[in-house]
Amino acid sequence: MVSRVVTGARYGMRDWLVQRVTAVIMSVYTVIVLVVLLGGVPISYAVWKDLFTQGWMRVATLLFAASLAWHLWVGVRNILMDYVKPDGLRLTLQVMTLLTIAAYLGWTIQILWR
Amino acid sequence: MSSAAAKKNRPKYLNLQALLFEIRLPLPARISILHRISGALLFVAMVWLLWMLDRSLTSEAAFEAIRRYAGLLPVKLALLVLIWAYCHHFCAGIRHLFLDLHKGVDLASARASSWAVFAASLALTAWLGAKLW
Repeated sequence: MVSRVVTGARYGMRDWLVQRVTAVIMSVYTVIVLVVLLGGVPISYAVWKDLFTQGWMRVATLLFAASLAWHLWVGVRNILMDYVKPDGLRLTLQVMTLLTIAAYLGWTIQILWR
Repeated sequence: MSSAAAKKNRPKYLNLQALLFEIRLPLPARISILHRISGALLFVAMVWLLWMLDRSLTSEAAFEAIRRYAGLLPVKLALLVLIWAYCHHFCAGIRHLFLDLHKGVDLASARASSWAVFAASLALTAWLGAKLW
């Protein structure tokens, strides 16, 4: 009989793997964006707007945002599990974290497809 | 759910105050706790960064306003801290991936790669900060 407690964690390696896969996706995006931004063209509004209107950039940014959302959840939840001991407070903070992440993601989509 | 059961068999020093002030952390542990701190900082700062991205894509006038805003000294300093947080989290994360593959897990290489993370993240911060200024 395994005694399982509501800590907010899943038991298994999924989150471990998620944290690494999302990290790699975000690293690739980071390098691409750095190359584009530091590629020599001065960033005016027209250049900036045009960049975020292109299909590939929208999709890449969405993939980054989705990876970030999942990555944030695993990471922030780990911090809360380690340092916040009272169950009620931890659960409250975890729910607030999830809502914040959902809001970030929704806002990003709104910014991208306007 | 029970707190007593949750505490059972957990490591003893998962305690922020002890980690930050009472235990003299070895270098790889400093990298590790800074990984957490930088991650938490970026999570909180996301709302500000998204706000700036949002405004900068609204109109030409809003873009110029954000550019002026980003030129203010306190804003620049805050951005520099966030750039450092991103670079540190990035470099420490890559080190972590190598550790996952069992590369560099002995003490000497773990220390050496910790120095490399510090050096690389500070160098990247300086480089990107110079671009910002």
